[in-house]
Amino acid sequence: MTLGGWINMIISVGAVTTLFAWCIYKVVATPEETKKVHGFEFETPDEKAERESER
Amino acid sequence: MATPQASENWSSRLGVIMAVAGSAVGLGNFLRFPGKAATYGGGAFMIAYFVSLVIIGVSICWAEWTLGRWGGKRGFHSSPAIMGLIVGRPWGRFLGVLGVIIPVGIYMYYVYIEAWCLGYAVQFATGRLGGPDIDYAKHFVEYVGANADGFSLGLGMGQVGLFVLIVYLLNFVLIYRGLAKGIEWFCKWAMPALMVIALIIVVRVLTLGTPDPTLPEQNVANGLGYMWNPGNIGEQLRNPQLWLEAAGQIFFSLSVGFGVIITYASYLTEKDDVVLSGLTATSANEFCEVGLGGLMSIPAGFVFLGAAGIAGQGTFGLGFTVLPQVFSHMAFGHVFGALFFFLLFLAAITSSLSMLQPGIAFLEEAMGIGRKMSVTILGALTALGSLFVWYYSKDLKALDTIDFWVGTCFIFIQGTILIVLFSWVVGVDRGLDEAHKGAAIRVPGWFRPIMQWLCPTFLISIFVLWLAKNVFGWNFQFSGAEFAPSGYITDLIGGDGTPPSTVARASVAVVGVTIAFLTIVTHLAGRRWYGADGKGATLLEETR
Repeated sequence: MTLGGWINMIISVGAVTTLFAWCIYKVVATPEETKKVHGFEFETPDEKAERESER
Repeated sequence: MATPQASENWSSRLGVIMAVAGSAVGLGNFLRFPGKAATYGGGAFMIAYFVSLVIIGVSICWAEWTLGRWGGKRGFHSSPAIMGLIVGRPWGRFLGVLGVIIPVGIYMYYVYIEAWCLGYAVQFATGRLGGPDIDYAKHFVEYVGANADGFSLGLGMGQVGLFVLIVYLLNFVLIYRGLAKGIEWFCKWAMPALMVIALIIVVRVLTLGTPDPTLPEQNVANGLGYMWNPGNIGEQLRNPQLWLEAAGQIFFSLSVGFGVIITYASYLTEKDDVVLSGLTATSANEFCEVGLGGLMSIPAGFVFLGAAGIAGQGTFGLGFTVLPQVFSHMAFGHVFGALFFFLLFLAAITSSLSMLQPGIAFLEEAMGIGRKMSVTILGALTALGSLFVWYYSKDLKALDTIDFWVGTCFIFIQGTILIVLFSWVVGVDRGLDEAHKGAAIRVPGWFRPIMQWLCPTFLISIFVLWLAKNVFGWNFQFSGAEFAPSGYITDLIGGDGTPPSTVARASVAVVGVTIAFLTIVTHLAGRRWYGADGKGATLLEETR
């Protein structure tokens, strides 16, 4: 592998790995992030109606 | 029955990352990307790739997440209903029909490919594959039925049919269990497993050294060089085909414009972040694609088979012919072969699961039916389509034709509609203000001109290039340009002395019937969504 190849690989792989690690760090470390990024509200309209009818 | 609070607690931070990443990471990360990068010269391709990532990938990703959450906040979860609201006119819902057709259409053939992956994993694990004397090219052709229509319908252990049924059932069982107990539960263990398996294989590949001392040039460093060595970057960047391939890879790999993200994001609430979530999904996909996929398939193939063994291989050739040969030469090849194809299976199923939710959400709110009924209808529709692809397997013509029109052409159109709606109908300033609600990070200011001008222009340019190449058959020469209808067109209308392909025409008819069905349902849903007594009527007034 040429020097250019090493540079290309290290920059490319390093950039995406750093970005991914930073994103995970940001999600995990940001205070109150659990509340902000809790994921999808996994309830479809019929499930919601079913739950409300059970109340 | 879980309460909403229980659902929120259940969706842990890690669960969010895994679920979002699962929809993005697919086969293209481990097979298509390395093949393209090696073919077009590592350096120039990666420049075009990262430029496309910023201009197209991240921009459309943020736009789709934002519009999805915006629609969900108003009680809608399907692409047509949300787009009708964005436009502020009932006819606007037809702009979103492709957001249902695309995932449903892709699902029809994606489960078939998924079955190949699971079948290969089982065959490696049981020792049916992995021997050095097997003709892997012939095996692949017979296994997937590329030699004759109906050839792959058998249900024996050595045939793909059994695995088609298994993956089809598995997908619908998980979907039937619901989003919380199905998709996210599965992704929570499947995505970490996928990354761990990929890391194990990467470590194995990078420690292969020089397996055959009589061929010292076939070593890992040269294998990486084959993938990453930059050629004449300046000259290569002037090649429009390189830009087309790099932008296409970003576009299809990130699953932007599919209609999946807009539906997923519609289940978020206003205080939920979309900017960091979108970027996390994108970065997870890029890590799997560049960081893992870029160090795996091509270097491994080069080390055992040399440049001649991997040159010019397409996605399926690299994955199902070259790599099985590689594993057959490797110590513990059965184990690594089984792991690799199980990795592909996990990547595929986490994607295929996400393709069903847009259709389910659409049928629920368009027809006013429950989840069980919508799963049943979608199950019947996709079963017919998948059976068609499975039976008409000769030369993989049905799969290839549907992939061309639905999995490529339609995605360009839907992606363009999406970014134009965000940047010009909603307005980029209003759109970003909406994105920033509850955001953990802010979209950098320099993204405003990118989303407003560069992204639509770049996307339309790439689409025109794609049409020029794949429809009109441009030879990519500016001086001495020649045009000849591509194989996808001559399949439909016939070429010089070549009759049209009946299977290709039938495949387009299957797509046409699906479009007609979903368009009629969308039309009928208009009154439910926007009628005087519907909740959307007031919302339409508000958004005009």
